[in-house]
Order: sequence, then C-alpha cells, then structure tokens
Amino acid sequence: MTYVGTIETWTTIIAVAGTAVAGDVLTAGAMRQIGDLDDIRAVAGLPGAIKAVVSNPIFLLGVLCMAASFFTLLFTLSNVDLSLAAPASASLTFMGNAIAAKIFLKENVDQRRWLAALFVCAGVALLAH
Amino acid sequence: MKHTLKPAQYLILLAVMLTASVGDTLLSHGMAQVGPVSLQHLGMLFSAMKNLWVVAGILCLLGFFASYLTALSWADLTFVLPSTAFGYVVVALLSRFWLHEEISIYRWLGIILIVCGVGFVANGPSRTEHAQHPGPSVGQELDPLA
Repeated sequence: MTYVGTIETWTTIIAVAGTAVAGDVLTAGAMRQIGDLDDIRAVAGLPGAIKAVVSNPIFLLGVLCMAASFFTLLFTLSNVDLSLAAPASASLTFMGNAIAAKIFLKENVDQRRWLAALFVCAGVALLAH
Repeated sequence: MKHTLKPAQYLILLAVMLTASVGDTLLSHGMAQVGPVSLQHLGMLFSAMKNLWVVAGILCLLGFFASYLTALSWADLTFVLPSTAFGYVVVALLSRFWLHEEISIYRWLGIILIVCGVGFVANGPSRTEHAQHPGPSVGQELDPLA
C-alpha cells in the first residue's frame, strides 16, 4: 500500500514522532505542574479535575502538538504501510521521549529506564516483521 | 523514597495499555476504508470523521488520553510510556490465541523484548523526586565553588 517515495515516507514518520514527543513532554510537564488528579478529584470532583487540566496553557500546547501528530499519523497511514509506519514512529517516539524527559523534565532516566526504552524500541520494530 | 503504586493505579495503567492498542487498530481499519489521503486533498481527513470505525477509534483514544493523563499526574513519563507499548503485546497475543493468526519468530522476540522493557521500569520507582529545597549536604559537597 506504499504510495510515496522513501524520503516522503520517512519525513512523515519523523514528523509523527517529533510532534508526538513534543506533545508527550508538554502534557507530562503540565500534569506534574497540576499535581495528582486523584487528589484534585477527591476535593473538587471530576469537573474540578477537568477544569484544572484544560485551563493549563502548557497542557493546551501539548494537546496542539498531539493533534498535529494525530493528523500526521492519519495522513501517513493512508500513504504508508501500517506495518512500517506504526512501529517506526512508535520506536522513534520511545527513544525521543526518553531523551526529552531527561533534558526537559529532568526525570531520573537511569540505566534501567534507558534499557527499557531500548528494549521497547527494538521490540516494537521487531513486531513489524 | 521508592514510589509504589496502589491497585487502582495499576488499573489505570491497564486501561492505558488496552485502549491505546484497540484505538489504533480501529483507526487503522477505518482509514483503510477511507482510502489514501493526498496532500492536495487534506480536507478528506475531516470527512474520515464520518467513518464509524474512525469514530470508535477516536472514542477509544479519548479513553486512553484520560487514563494516560491520570497516570502522568502521579508517575514519570518514562515510567508510563513502556506500558503503552505493552498494548502491542496484548494485540499480538489476542491475534495468536483468539484469531489464530501465525506469529513469526521475530514477533515473539519483539514481544519478549517489550515484556522485558516493561519489567525493567515496573520494578523501579514510578516517580523522580525533585527536591523543593535542596539540602545543604550533597549539592554543596559536590560544588567546587562552595
């Protein structure tokens, strides 16, 4: 089902991964800023928890990136084989997220988490076979 | 301090695993029906919203998003993400034992790698502690200018 050339295929796959990483890191940063949703829901109820999330500008920026990633994925899936597009973009997203989480979110990405990212990345790529 | 999860929080992670993979599968099925979308006809992406499979996929992914955000509010991104990959394993196992599809040696190897990857992070702390007020001991001892 591949309708486009190699360059366009990988450009769209990298675009899916890049926007997904930006979306994930921004929403994760926003959720850390907002705090435990279970605690907020216990105090302010579900509407209060939803309000706390959707009124956060970093979260909204993250959602914008996720929406861009979603539409890029839809576009990619209609032009590139699912067996290539899904695992390739997912693998790139996993590695990109581990790097971005360490740099921007200052997460403790220790040896265990690097190994996890590598194993998951390789595992997802192998699932395409 | 090691962060361990409550049973309800493991249920949220289970929802993250299942809804993501099922949603992606529904979307993929729907987009195969919609057909190829070209750069000149990007408006077709909006008409894809009329496809029931695409709508069902989006609803599933909304459920994923809600559980994913909840998980991110009490766990690190690098802790939550491997669990989303575990969804691929669920789909592969369902297709093998329910749909009786053949799974190649490469896919079994991929499944083993993902299970190991998820196991690595599941055994570790779920959240990085960021000190609000850095203590006087460690940081100053390491600072050559102090």
